[in-house]
Amino acid sequence: MTARISEKRPWTFYVLGTLFGVYLLFLYGPMFVIYVLSFQGPNGGVTFPMVGTSVVWFKEVFQPGQMADIPVSFSRSIALATVVSCLTVIISVAAGLGFRRRFPGSAVLFYLAVASLVMPSLLVGFGIGLGFQFLGWQPSLFTSALGAQLTWTLPFGLFAMFAVVNRFNRAWEEAATDLGASPWQRLRYVTIPILLPGIIGVAMGAFTLSYDEYARTTLTIGPKNTLPLEIYALISSATSPTLFAIGTLTTGVSFLAIFIALLLVLRMQRRRALIKAA
Amino acid sequence: MDNRFDVELISVTKRYGTTLAVDAISLRIPRGTYCCLLGPSGCGKTTTLRMIAGHEAVSDGDILIHGENVSDLPPIKRGTAMMFQSYALFPHMSCLDNVAFSLKMRGVAKKERHGRAREYLALVHMADYADRLPGQLSGGQQQRIALARALINRPRVLLLDEPLSALDPFLRVKVREELKRLQRELGITFIHVTHSQDEAMALADLMVVMQDGHIRQSAPPREVFERPISPFIARFIGSHNVLRAPHGQIAVRADRCRLGVANDGPHVNGQVIAVEYQGAMVRVAMKTDAGDEVSALVPDQTFYRQPAEPGDLATLVWSEQDTHALMQV
Repeated sequence: MTARISEKRPWTFYVLGTLFGVYLLFLYGPMFVIYVLSFQGPNGGVTFPMVGTSVVWFKEVFQPGQMADIPVSFSRSIALATVVSCLTVIISVAAGLGFRRRFPGSAVLFYLAVASLVMPSLLVGFGIGLGFQFLGWQPSLFTSALGAQLTWTLPFGLFAMFAVVNRFNRAWEEAATDLGASPWQRLRYVTIPILLPGIIGVAMGAFTLSYDEYARTTLTIGPKNTLPLEIYALISSATSPTLFAIGTLTTGVSFLAIFIALLLVLRMQRRRALIKAA
Repeated sequence: MDNRFDVELISVTKRYGTTLAVDAISLRIPRGTYCCLLGPSGCGKTTTLRMIAGHEAVSDGDILIHGENVSDLPPIKRGTAMMFQSYALFPHMSCLDNVAFSLKMRGVAKKERHGRAREYLALVHMADYADRLPGQLSGGQQQRIALARALINRPRVLLLDEPLSALDPFLRVKVREELKRLQRELGITFIHVTHSQDEAMALADLMVVMQDGHIRQSAPPREVFERPISPFIARFIGSHNVLRAPHGQIAVRADRCRLGVANDGPHVNGQVIAVEYQGAMVRVAMKTDAGDEVSALVPDQTFYRQPAEPGDLATLVWSEQDTHALMQV
């Protein structure tokens, strides 16, 4: 009888498994601590032990304090992220479709467009801030900060759209033309619907990138802070469990966003299933 | 207006930069013809089809459909419809919406366009699949949907780009019967691009063999098979031996050759290199003493009366009346 291949797992499996476990602990442990500590009692501090439990720090978040105004900066962040996300989708979808065809200078244009991904983000922000000062313009949320964030989200969006467009069969567009669709109808009824899952991905990605962007925004924002800047100011000036409460809330918001996205996808699938069943 | 022809190509040329994909080809396709464009890959057959469809601009020359010059018209104004190689069904629409797509683009009301689409689904025996998505169908079913979608505009010419290549061999034979039946029933011209000579011979009224951007021969399949004009055609359509003769090259059909003994008649000596059993026939491949590869298609009974094996020395014989002189093109 010949030796059979062992059915037992090799020792490397247990080594790598342990490593992965440690990694998970390292990743989620601190976050878990933050969620727990955000329910610290009114007399407790930023470390264990817990001195009772309360939601007083959550209330604190919603009260405009002397140090920071979390609700206002949150709504600013959401507004900016929404605009960034829309612009990123429009521009990167158009560019992704355009780049399917090689044109003179397309390689140069591509490298120019994505170069800002490798530029140190702080320097990009610094340059834009300096430029505004040089021109005597007032930096603000929807001018300099918007531009600075787009230097980050547009190359990302372009890359993502390349991956999406790569799987797009050109024959679909030709078939639409063959069947009498105008260029606009082709885009409206064929190209966009087929690319839609990818487009939603780009929109959500750009939204998240903008929502927690710090380095580029900090030097271009002007007098009114976005949420990450506000939190950073809070950390450097005072430490209280309020910070943890913000952490718990933003995580909650993220989960809510994911939940809503999932619901939408499920609804789309159910509609397709209905088409099937009908 | 001369309307004896459905499609006329008048020295149609396609250049990509400096390379010539299609070199001044001319072709007339009579009314209601099943026309096959046949050739090896890169011969320009698909480019020609796409120019007729209007998905590729013509560099030079003119394309006439029903006597009207359509060279500069968009696809929908040409009266052509194209069925794409991968069918290109819209994956996010039901089969019904796929078939009704062109009516929707023209602004036909939902009720009417769905009614018409159902008629065409019935024509291709797919009425029960109206509400499915293309991804839920087999290759053969997708092909029928694509056909219905192309036909709903009542095209004067249907263009098919390798329509059978995505199907398995059994289905291919079945579907090609259906294509031919449909073409007869509709009475319109089909132009069908393929690289398979079997397919072309089975389907075509007019077989157009292309090579390097030129039309090398265009004739009914039987004529092409019996009188291939050049060594290329003879080799490409298969079952032919191209042999050297005192006055140039000749072709003789492999099924008119046999293994025998050298006598006064034409013959060539060589060595058997392969024997393939094909059912009714046995193909014996030989390498001649001059180094050419030839073959004989021998009825199985004849072969097994005097079998040969690879390595045997043999003589290929045929009769003079079966030879056919070739032109150098």
